[in-house]
Amino acid sequence: MTADLLRARRSATDAQAVPAHPLPVPIPEVREAALRPFGRPGRAYWVLVGGLAVVVAAALVAWIYQLREGLAVAGYNDQAFWAIYMADVITFIGVSYGGAVVSAILRLTGATWRGPLTRIAEATAVVTVLVGAALIVPHLGRPDRIWELVTRPQMASPIVWDFIAVTTYAATSIAFFVLPLIPDLAIAREQLGARLGPRRGRLYGALVGRWSGTPAQRRVLRSALGILALLVVPLAVSVHSVLGWSFALTSRPWWHESIWPPYFVVAALYSGVALVILVVAAFRRGYHLEHHITERHFVHLAYIMATLGALYLYFTFADFLPDAYVGQPGVETVFQAVLVGRFAVWFWLFVAAAGVIPLALVALPATRHTLGIVVAAGLVVPAMWLKRMLMVTVPGTYERVAGTFGTYHFTWVSVTITLGALAAIPLLLLLLFRIVPILSIDEMEELAALTGEADLRVAPQPLAAGAPTPAPIEGHQL
Amino acid sequence: MTERPVPAETARGSADGGRSGEPDGAGQADPSISRRRFLTGVATFGAAVAASSAVAPALLTAAAPEARAAPQASATPQASATGSAPREPVTKAAHQWCMVIDLRRCDGCQACTMACQQRHELEPQQTWIKVYPMTGASGETYHMPRPCMMCQNPPCLYVCPVSATFRTPDGLVLVDQNTCIGCRMCMAACPYEARYFNWTAPPAGPRLPLPPTPEMPVPQRIGTVGKCVFCADRLPHGELPACVAGCPMGALYIGDLVTDVAVNGTGDVVQLSRFLDTNDAVSFKPELGTHPRVYYIPGHGQDLGESTP
Repeated sequence: MTADLLRARRSATDAQAVPAHPLPVPIPEVREAALRPFGRPGRAYWVLVGGLAVVVAAALVAWIYQLREGLAVAGYNDQAFWAIYMADVITFIGVSYGGAVVSAILRLTGATWRGPLTRIAEATAVVTVLVGAALIVPHLGRPDRIWELVTRPQMASPIVWDFIAVTTYAATSIAFFVLPLIPDLAIAREQLGARLGPRRGRLYGALVGRWSGTPAQRRVLRSALGILALLVVPLAVSVHSVLGWSFALTSRPWWHESIWPPYFVVAALYSGVALVILVVAAFRRGYHLEHHITERHFVHLAYIMATLGALYLYFTFADFLPDAYVGQPGVETVFQAVLVGRFAVWFWLFVAAAGVIPLALVALPATRHTLGIVVAAGLVVPAMWLKRMLMVTVPGTYERVAGTFGTYHFTWVSVTITLGALAAIPLLLLLLFRIVPILSIDEMEELAALTGEADLRVAPQPLAAGAPTPAPIEGHQL
Repeated sequence: MTERPVPAETARGSADGGRSGEPDGAGQADPSISRRRFLTGVATFGAAVAASSAVAPALLTAAAPEARAAPQASATPQASATGSAPREPVTKAAHQWCMVIDLRRCDGCQACTMACQQRHELEPQQTWIKVYPMTGASGETYHMPRPCMMCQNPPCLYVCPVSATFRTPDGLVLVDQNTCIGCRMCMAACPYEARYFNWTAPPAGPRLPLPPTPEMPVPQRIGTVGKCVFCADRLPHGELPACVAGCPMGALYIGDLVTDVAVNGTGDVVQLSRFLDTNDAVSFKPELGTHPRVYYIPGHGQDLGESTP
């Protein structure tokens, strides 16, 4: 009796679900473009991969050298006890947030233009969080004892909170990346046939399982993705909040600020959206995806980035004003050094490069095109690293008994390790997109069926065999 | 402008007076104080409710002052000597180590620093006891040795992710260099800049192949944090810490709050509680609620911490 009722209700839900989620119709151009990186790579690809691999290898050599000699070779001293690696960890884990939340929020809000961006955004999130978490290793004095965080955690320590939050977030963002792959890999297996190769075949077989794209399977996948998208957002907030608290829970001037955790969250989102823009632009150009990723995608992302940028500038002002106004001892000295003193050049460079210029580039119609947006994002990412460097190093080097500042010097070791981590991101993405489709085929086809395809076909001309030209669409036409 | 902590109060003053009119920086990372204040608040609120509803007002108004009595308890020896409630639960430990630094005697010769560095095989920049040249508010200069404060409420201990920093029953805050993962969170948390890192490998010297212990962390371990340990390996044998023994001026005293005695390197033995009380001893940065176990005796007109280098 109850079972009958349940079945009846379920079939009623199915009946309702069908018009809301029509079955996707295969779009050959999307499938071809998504699997384009699977083809035989050109010379440029190998040169790029080789060059990036050399930088990563150099970073590994520098790290081994640092392990043998101690952290002094990275420029550290008792006044500058946290510096470049901490700024790197915050920056890299921060940019990961952008990819995950862009994808999750666009999915939750049902933004139909997200289709061609989600895969790249989610892949960027996974790669950057792994690189960022790996950077904790050179930061530690005794990485050989890192397992103690598992075997003897002291739960009152913000470092333990960091560890738990980062691992949980990394696992969730990997799941958020892998789950939408299931229908795509089934499609790719079908499309490629024998070209798939035995290794990819085994991997695809394991991930695809018994997926055949039935409406029931699709419903389960959709709700699972909905839950994951809901989970990723608070998890990412928690990661950056606890990173902020590892500073705010000390009594150091400028670190001990209640605004720091949300400040870190906004900073992460801001730099993360900027990195998504850069990665999308690079792969769009490299794999000629202009037909699918159009200027309007960049304009949409730029609007998100500009909103977050304005919010970040506001937070920066709100962070400084109370203590600058009251002039408490200690904080006053640090703020003086940052705003008008020896670090002022770097601070105002940050304001220009991560504030005024990118906001202007997005705000002015004349520069609100792909190039202008990419330039804006290209300024934001390094300027946000610079800001993190200031936030970590200036209060860290402030000696609170004598009231003096210590100094931190960059060394070849610390710079090489940082550059190696930076190079690891495009390297891993280039390799990753040889294994998984660069566009979320199924999602794009589903969205096309949902919106009557017009939404995806911004560029009216069919995909040409040669290099397609980007669709010339003015930003204000959106 | 440099960081000027709020004028240090006497240790007793900081305990009772400091709480009511505490500045903005106070109460940081201080669970015991907040708990105490919370209890006081709860008791006061409970008293108000009870009075209005006329339910056993006598009982609750009797409870409120009792809760408020806790912050008035002092860690200074005179308090324990006179039998009032100690700041923390009474331990069965035989000793509660502390240090008294007589700023009137310190001439800034840094013999303490050198004695410590020699004993613990430290690098020149690893000044576990550091002598800061200070200038007072009215321009007078003095020297201020800064060992580890051995806080009763140590911020460095709470932030350690693997409990490498711990507090002994004798009231010593120590670091196990065989556990420390080198995250340096404790260096960020310590308000006294008393922690030092082993950025390089310690110099190899001829020594027995014994591992460092928390009480005697020699040789230093690369990639771990070190700090003043009050020469914890010597204290149980009645020997003076290296800095105290090495101070030619007798400015440094090692003391024990339980037996109420303190002694310096020149042979002066004092009754700790009386010595602190009659000399108006103060603690450093009392507004942070760390409750240091190092007491300073300022000179005439000196205001501890109220200074620029």
